[in-house]
Amino acid sequence: MSVRAESLTKRFGSGTAAAVEGAVFDAKPGEITTLLGPSGSGKSTLLRLVAGLEAPDSGRVFIAGKDVTRVSPRERNVGFVFQSYALFRHMSVFENVAFGMRIRKRPRGELRTRVEELLGLVQLPGYGSRFPAELSGGQRQRVALARALATDPEVLLLDEPFGALDAKVRLELREWLAEFQQRTKVTTILVTHDQEEALELSQHVVLLQAGRVVQAGAPHELYDRPATAFVASFLGGANVLRGTVRSGRAEAGALDLAAPQGARDGASFHAFVRPHDVRLAKPEDDRDPVALARVERLTRIGAQVKVALELPDGESMTVQMSKTEIESLGLEPGDRVLVDLRDAKVFVEDYSI
Amino acid sequence: MSGAVTAAFRSRERRRTTIGEGSAPRIALIAAAVLFLALFLGAPVVTVFLSAFSRGIGPYLGALRSDEAVAAIGLTLTTAGIVVPLNLVFGIAAAWAIARYDFPGKSVLLTLIDLPFSVSPVIAGLVFVLLFGARGWFGPWCSEHDIRVVFAVPGVVLATTFVTFPLVAREVLAVMQAQGSDEEEAALTLGASGWQILLRITLPKVKWGVLYGVILCNARAMGEFGAVSVVSGHIRGETNTMPLHIEILYNEYDFVGAFAVASLLALLAFGTLVVKKAVEWAALARPARVNISLPAAPAAVGERSAAR
Repeated sequence: MSVRAESLTKRFGSGTAAAVEGAVFDAKPGEITTLLGPSGSGKSTLLRLVAGLEAPDSGRVFIAGKDVTRVSPRERNVGFVFQSYALFRHMSVFENVAFGMRIRKRPRGELRTRVEELLGLVQLPGYGSRFPAELSGGQRQRVALARALATDPEVLLLDEPFGALDAKVRLELREWLAEFQQRTKVTTILVTHDQEEALELSQHVVLLQAGRVVQAGAPHELYDRPATAFVASFLGGANVLRGTVRSGRAEAGALDLAAPQGARDGASFHAFVRPHDVRLAKPEDDRDPVALARVERLTRIGAQVKVALELPDGESMTVQMSKTEIESLGLEPGDRVLVDLRDAKVFVEDYSI
Repeated sequence: MSGAVTAAFRSRERRRTTIGEGSAPRIALIAAAVLFLALFLGAPVVTVFLSAFSRGIGPYLGALRSDEAVAAIGLTLTTAGIVVPLNLVFGIAAAWAIARYDFPGKSVLLTLIDLPFSVSPVIAGLVFVLLFGARGWFGPWCSEHDIRVVFAVPGVVLATTFVTFPLVAREVLAVMQAQGSDEEEAALTLGASGWQILLRITLPKVKWGVLYGVILCNARAMGEFGAVSVVSGHIRGETNTMPLHIEILYNEYDFVGAFAVASLLALLAFGTLVVKKAVEWAALARPARVNISLPAAPAAVGERSAAR
């Protein structure tokens, strides 16, 4: 079922900054929509507004085209998975999953079959008699998912579902969730601060900053055409360069880039350069070292190496290259290198036609 | 199953290695604690029993069988029997309201709950005399309707309720606040009503806090002296509770009688503690049983052995 948030605003306590302000987004049926943003951006509050766990100060929430803004969370028919899992600690796994059905007074036989089916679905068959304290984090997360699905919700809401898990389990559960959602086609809204998770899992990303939606769209859209400097730096950790346009070229310190057509001379611009869109080369002869960047630091992350550069104008830049490339260059901290920008997004601020 | 065993083994190992200070400080600390307990807790209790039986079992039983003693014991048990359920209900209601909802006057309610702790019990007793005494606010109304509060059993119950109110409320509130409300919110999204959440989620969650509060409340209700002393009027055989009866006997130099009733009061307190321990053991035994009866579960994707 589709979910629509219409200019939702929520303030905790008067006089404080709004946790969510005028947030608008759409979640299409059968898709995974991600609410992405740094901590404190209001993404969890927005999810709780959709679930009805918080009441908005203004704005409306629609589920399947129906205005549910004043409807209690009891009757919204959403499945909510908390970051802390919030399993009922005094109940067995079976009773946890059965809870929603017991509230709805489903017949006993149907209930048992459904719980067994769900436990199979989340790959925990035979775990019914265990207690939450006896499960690992990943197992608890899947019980929470089974519990949320037991009442056939129209929408599944996941609040940082993998936040408390270690990296390996997180990756596995992420793949499992993507596959699971493909199979069940349940409309899912997922909150995360992890851009990789958002780009990999979802068909639609809603990026939030300080309680506002700054950009929404398909993951590649946000990645390739960031609307603001914040989007560009949050997604893929782009380097930001600033400078002015001079005779058709965008010049930032010692680097220059192709300026967009029609850019006026003297207009200031900012450009985003992804860390993996930069190539480094050693200068062949004794060139003027002033035009060269200096290698500050090399950080190895598996097969990738992060290079911290200091540009001639004093700005810093992060570059990502493969370990083999770095080794063939023989790069060491303190070296002078040529910087080659393979791709950059240039935004001219004073755009005149 | 082997996961649980290694976990237990590991925790024992950790306990041994974390005490890296050597054994001298440990022995000194334990000795200090034991000595202190023996001197300030053990010795008085032993004295109570020694004095009670100083003239043999006959006078001891005689003191307990006297009409006045039987009446005092009866009144104490009746009072506890009324006060504990009352404070159980009010305490859970107050804790639930404070932990779950935001409402105007919440901080006032919190302060009110703490009031009986900060006010001297004697003053608490006086408050009821001023309210329900012959010249009190409700005194004339009460005497018109032939209701006796002060110098009667209702006064004793009211004063005891007042003094013991924070015990359940504070215990339950602390547990509720520590556990957060995620589980309640989860139950809400699963369609549970307010009463269903209270009965199926919150109460089972906070039952240890409730139990502990009830035990403390019961102990205090049976032992309360100051507030009850002011409102009871010390009418023998009618409004004397066990602590008041003990005082009267003691003032009359009937040491055997005083200590006999005191020993019974101490035994009631011990009984409460034994019940508490028994319930705790029962609670600890339950997950262990579940552990043993676990079915052989197939290994799940991406999980290491049972993390505990």
